[in-house]
Amino acid sequence: MSTAVDTSELPRAERPRPGLVGGNPLLRWLRGNLFSSIPSTLVTLILLALLIKLAFSLVQWGIWNAVWTEPSGNSSACRAARGLGACWAVIPEKLRFILFGTFPYDEQWRPALATLIFIALYYLSTRPRWWRRELLAVWAVALILIGLLMWGGVFGLSYVPEERWGGLPVTLILATFGLAFGFPLGVLVALGRRSTLPAIRSLCVLYVELIRGVPLISLLFMASVMFPLFLPDGVNFDKLLRAQVAIVLFAGAYLAEVVRGGLQAVPRGQHEAADALGLSYWRKQRLIILPQAIRHVIPPLVNTFIAFFKDTSLVLIIGIFDLLTTAKTAIIDPVWQPFSVEVYLFVAAIYFVFCFAMSRYSRHLEGAKSNGN
Amino acid sequence: MRFAKWTFFHPEDSAVSTPKRPPMSRLQLSLGNVQLKGLLWQVLVVGVALAIVGWLWSNAVHNLSVRRIATGFAFLGREAGMPIVDAWLPYTPRDSYLYAFIIGVTNTLRVAVIGIVLATVLGTMIGIARLSANWLLSRLAAVYVETLRDIPLLLQLLFWYVLMQSLPPARGAFHPIDGVFLSNRGLMLPFIPIGPSQWLVLGVAAVGLVILYLLRRWQIARQMRDGRERRTWPYAVLLVVVLPAVLSWGLGVPWTISRPELRGFNFVGGLALAPEYFALLIALVTYTSAFIAEIVRSGIQAISRGQWDAANALGLRRGFVLKHIVLPQALRVIIPPLTSQFLNLTKNSSLAVAIGYQDIVSVANTTLNQTGQAIEVIALVMLVFLTISLGISLLMNWYNARIALTER
Repeated sequence: MSTAVDTSELPRAERPRPGLVGGNPLLRWLRGNLFSSIPSTLVTLILLALLIKLAFSLVQWGIWNAVWTEPSGNSSACRAARGLGACWAVIPEKLRFILFGTFPYDEQWRPALATLIFIALYYLSTRPRWWRRELLAVWAVALILIGLLMWGGVFGLSYVPEERWGGLPVTLILATFGLAFGFPLGVLVALGRRSTLPAIRSLCVLYVELIRGVPLISLLFMASVMFPLFLPDGVNFDKLLRAQVAIVLFAGAYLAEVVRGGLQAVPRGQHEAADALGLSYWRKQRLIILPQAIRHVIPPLVNTFIAFFKDTSLVLIIGIFDLLTTAKTAIIDPVWQPFSVEVYLFVAAIYFVFCFAMSRYSRHLEGAKSNGN
Repeated sequence: MRFAKWTFFHPEDSAVSTPKRPPMSRLQLSLGNVQLKGLLWQVLVVGVALAIVGWLWSNAVHNLSVRRIATGFAFLGREAGMPIVDAWLPYTPRDSYLYAFIIGVTNTLRVAVIGIVLATVLGTMIGIARLSANWLLSRLAAVYVETLRDIPLLLQLLFWYVLMQSLPPARGAFHPIDGVFLSNRGLMLPFIPIGPSQWLVLGVAAVGLVILYLLRRWQIARQMRDGRERRTWPYAVLLVVVLPAVLSWGLGVPWTISRPELRGFNFVGGLALAPEYFALLIALVTYTSAFIAEIVRSGIQAISRGQWDAANALGLRRGFVLKHIVLPQALRVIIPPLTSQFLNLTKNSSLAVAIGYQDIVSVANTTLNQTGQAIEVIALVMLVFLTISLGISLLMNWYNARIALTER
C-alpha cells in the first residue's frame, strides 16, 4: 500500500492544534493547515502553482475567449475561436432539443411542467415530516398527472406517442418509475431471502445473484431484443416500457441487498415480541420489522438511488432518447459537431445538480442519525 | 362449561396456563397448519415462477420457429466475418465466432485487470490525500471525489473519447518524454517485445518467486520454533535475479526496447494503446478511483485514534505505525466494499460498446445482429460475466479470509 502521497501527514490527529500557536487567527490557520511542516509547505506550493495555472487556462477558455451568442444555424464565430475558447452558443441553440428531445415544439411546456412536478415530488419526499400515508396518494396523483401531460389525448391535449418523448423527462421517468416499482420488489425479495422456506429463499437468491452478476447493458440488450421473442404473437410493447421493465428488475435486485442489510440489523427480540403478540407474518413485517429495517438503511438507499439515476443513461446504447442521448444526437448536426465538449459539460452539470443534491441529502440524514434523531 | 370439563382432566395445568387453551387435537392441527401454510406458499410461488418461465419458453420456441431462427450453439463454429481492430491475439475475420468471443473476453479482461490495478493505486492515493492535514490537498481530493461520483460514467466515457478524437494528428502528437506520443491515434509507449525465449526467462523468474515464497514460509515456521531470525534476501537475489540473468545471458536472449517512431502519417514500433481503449481505461480508472478513495478514507477513519496514540506512546515511527498497525486493521474494513468496486469496474467495462471498443458485449452484439440467436448469445455473455465476477469474488474472499482477525 505504498503511495506517492507523503504519509507523514496522514493522521488528522497529528495536526498541530490551532491555539497552540499565537498571533493572528488567519496566520495561525494558514500555519496549521497549509504550512505545518516542510513537506506540507512543498505540497501546498506545488498544488497552488498547478491550481493557478489550471484556473487561468480554464477562465481563458471558458469565459475570456468563449463565444456566447451566435445567429441561429451559424457557427462561424465558434469555429474561428476553436481551440482558444469555448462555444457556449451551442447550448441556447440546442437547449430545447437536449431537454425535451423530439417532443412537438409548441407542446414542450408539457414535458417542462412534468419535470417541475417530478422535482416538487422529490422535494416533498425528502421532508421527514411528510413521511405519512398521504404521501403515497400524492405520488399516485402526481404520476397520473405526469402521464396525462406526456401522453395527452384528453382535455384538448394532443396525443404524443412515447417515441417522441425525450430528454430530461425521460431520464426522470426511467429513474422514478424504476425506483417506485423496484423498491417494493426489492423489499419482497429481501424478505424472501431471509425466509425460512427453502424454495422461496433459493428463488430469491438466484434472482439477486443472476441480476447482480451481469452488467445492466446486457439486461437492456435483453429487454430490447429478447422480450419480443418471449411474448406471444401480436403482443408487443414499447421500447421505453421494455427498458423500464429491465431497470425495475435491475433496481429490485440491488435494493433487495440494501434492504436485507437493514433486516439483519433488526434484533431477534423484535421478531420474538411480534410473534408473542400473535401478529401474522405480513402484519409483523409491515408494523414492526420493516419500519426499523428501512430506517437503518436510508443513507445507503439514497446512494443506490444516485447510482440508478446515473445508470439510466445506459439506455443510450439501445437508442432510447434520454438526456444523454439527446445531447449526443444534438451534436450530430454538422454545424455544431465540433463543439461536443461544451454540450457534454452542460449535460454533466444537470446530472451533477441532481446527484449532488441527493448525496448532500444522504449525508444530512447520516448526520441526523448520528445525532440520535 | 367446557373450561370446567377441561380442568377436570388436567387439574395440574389450570393454575399456570391460559384457561382458553384448546384441546390437544386442535393444537396439533394448528401446528401442522404453520408447516402446511409454509408448504402451500412455497408450492404457490415456485408454481407461479415455473408457470411464467414455461409460458415465456413456449412463446420463445414458437417465435423462433416462425422466424426461422436456428437454435443451439452450432453457430459458434462458423466463420464470424466481423473485423476486430484492437486485439492482442492474432485475429482475422475468417476466424470462428467462438474465437471472436475469446478475443472479446481478452479485450474485456485487458481493460478490467489493468483498470483495477490503476484504480486501486489512484484511489488509495486520493483517499489518503483526503485525510491529509494539508487543507488544500484534502479539499482538492474531496472535489475530485464529489465531481466524478456525481456524473454518469457513460457521459464521462463519451467526454474522454471526444477529447481523444480532438487531439492533434500523429504528425503534431504531444511528446512529453522520449518514446511517448499522445495523438488522435491513441497513446504510443516504448516496450520490449516478448517472444518465446523471453517468456522462458520470465517463467524461470516466476518459478523462482514461488520457491522463494515457500522458502519464506518454511523459514518463518522454523523461526516460530527456535526464535532465530533468518535472512531471505540472499535467496531472493539468487532465485529471482541471478538465475534468470545467467540463463538469459547464456542463451543470448535479446532484450531490445522497441520505440514508437513517426513514419509518414502513423507510428511504427512500440506499444500502441488505441484511442478507444485509452479513453475507456481513463474513464473507468478515474470514476472507480473516486469510489475507492471514499472506501479507503472511511476504512482508515474507522481505526480508532487510540491505536495511533498507543503506537505513538511506544515511540514507533509514523510509517511503521501506518504499515504495521493501522493499514492491517483498516484493510479488514476496506476489502469487502473494495471487492464490489472491482466487480463494478469489470461490469462497467461493458460500456465500451458505446465508443466502439470491441469487448465481449460488443462482439456479442455484432454476433446477435448477424445470427439473430439472441438467447444463446446473451446466455454466453452472462456466463462470461458470472465467471469473471465469481473469480474476482473468490480471490478477494480468499484474501479477506487471510487478513481477517483471528479470534481465539
